[in-house]
Amino acid sequence: MAEVLVVTSGKGGVGKTTSTAALGAALAQTGQSVVVIDFDVGLRNLDLVMGAERRVVYDLINVVQGDANLNQALIKDKRVESLYLLPASQTRDKDALTAEGVERVINQLKERFDWIICDSPAGIERGAYFAMRHADLAVIVTNPEVSSVRDSDRIIGLLDSKTEKAERGEHIEKLLLLTRYDPIRAERGDMLKVDDVLEILSIPLLGIIPESPEVLKASNLGSPVTLANPISAPSRAYLDAARRLRGETIEMTVPSEKKRFFGNLFGRRAA
Amino acid sequence: MALVLAPEPPADEWLAELDQLTARSPGFFGGRPVVLDLSAMRPTPRAMAALLAELEARKVRVIGVEGVAPTHFEGAHAHLAMPIGGRAAGDLSAPEAPARKATSLVIDQPVRSGQTISFPDGDVTICGSVASGAEVVAAGSIHVYGALRGRAIAGSAGDAKARIFCRKLDAELLAIDGVYMTTDELDPALKGKPALARLDGETLRVAALD
Repeated sequence: MAEVLVVTSGKGGVGKTTSTAALGAALAQTGQSVVVIDFDVGLRNLDLVMGAERRVVYDLINVVQGDANLNQALIKDKRVESLYLLPASQTRDKDALTAEGVERVINQLKERFDWIICDSPAGIERGAYFAMRHADLAVIVTNPEVSSVRDSDRIIGLLDSKTEKAERGEHIEKLLLLTRYDPIRAERGDMLKVDDVLEILSIPLLGIIPESPEVLKASNLGSPVTLANPISAPSRAYLDAARRLRGETIEMTVPSEKKRFFGNLFGRRAA
Repeated sequence: MALVLAPEPPADEWLAELDQLTARSPGFFGGRPVVLDLSAMRPTPRAMAALLAELEARKVRVIGVEGVAPTHFEGAHAHLAMPIGGRAAGDLSAPEAPARKATSLVIDQPVRSGQTISFPDGDVTICGSVASGAEVVAAGSIHVYGALRGRAIAGSAGDAKARIFCRKLDAELLAIDGVYMTTDELDPALKGKPALARLDGETLRVAALD
C-alpha cells in the first residue's frame, strides 16, 4: 500500500528539501521503493540536493500536462537502487499545475512505489496546496524559533481542512520534524526547546535533527545527507526518523557528533 | 372577518339595546358572521341556548362562541349558523417547532494559526489551545482550556457582561464588548497564568484565576 507523504512547513528555508531528500534516501536504504517529487515549480531545488540536475529532461509539468509519460520524467538515483526523483520545472510557474493532472500523476505513482514524498514549496498558495492535496501523512518541518512554529501551526490548520483526506472527514496524520536544533543554545534560552515547540503545535514528534555543517556540505555535494555521510549526527537522526515512519519504535534522542575525549575536555575550558 | 358581539348581563336589556341598534341601521348584521364572546355574561347552558335562539330570530348569524366551556354546547349546536362561502380550510399544519438554537459552541481541537472561530449566538469553549495568529470571536464568553496565544474577542454583539477565561494567558489581543487590550498592556506577571478578563465600566481588567 503506497503512502503519500508531504514534507511541508509554511515558512521557507527551514529544511523541507533537505529533509525530503534525506528521508527519501533513508527509506530507500531500508529497501523501500521511493519517489521524491519536487512541487516547487519555478524554484526547483530538489534536483540539486539529489545531484540529478544534469539529468533532467522532462519534469512534473510535462507529465501533468500530458507532454511526457512518467517513465520519461522519472530520474533513477545512481546510489540507491529503489530511489527516484520527479523534478519540477524551472521555466514554468505554479499555475501550470492542474488538479486533475496532479491527481493522475499521484495515482500512477501509487501503483509503482511504496512511498511518494512530495516536497512542498514554502507558502500556502497553489504549489503548497497541490503538494498536500493527496497526502496520507504530513511531515511538518519546523525550526526552533517562533516564526517557524507559527507558520507550521498555520499549515497544520490547512492540512486539517484542505487535503482530500480531511475533506472526506478522515484524520490526516501529522508528524513534527524539528530541524537545525542546537541543544546547547536551547538550554541557554536562545532557541525554543523541544517541549516548547511540542506544546505549541501539539502533534507527535518524528525526529530532532541537530544543527550541523554536514547538512550544507552534503547539499553542495548534491547528495542527501544520509548518503553523503551516514554516520554524521543529522544522518543518524534522519535514519531514525525514517525507521519511525516505517512503524518502528525508537527512543527519541538528539544525536551529537562523536568527539574525542580530549577535544571535549579542552573545548569546554577554552569556551 | 367576523364581528364579535360581547353581550353583558342582564340578557334582556342587552337584547333591547341590540334591537335599538338594528332599528337604527337595518341590515347591519346582513349575513355577517358573528362570534359571540360570553366571557362577560357567563350564562348557564340553558340561558346560552335561549340567547342563541333570540339571536337566530333576529337573523344574527352566530358562527362561533367563546368564553364558555365546550360542555355548554350540549344541544346548542342547532342555533349555530354554518359559515357560507369562503374556501374550504385544509388540514391545519402546525408550524414546525423551530430547532432550538445552540447557545454555546464547543471546539475539541486546538485552534490553529490563521483560523477563526466565530459564534454569534453565545459562548465558545475551546478544549485545546488558541495559537498565535488565530482568532476566537463570540457573542458571549470565551473559555479556553489550554493556552490562549491568539486573539479572543468576547461580547462581540455588545455584551459587557461577557468574560474571557483561559488556562494559560499569552494572548495577542483581548477584547470584550469592543474594549480591547494588546499583549503590551498586559501585566507581565499574569503571562502564562490561568486568568480571567472582564469589563469594569470602560476598563478591561485581567486577573489571575487562582
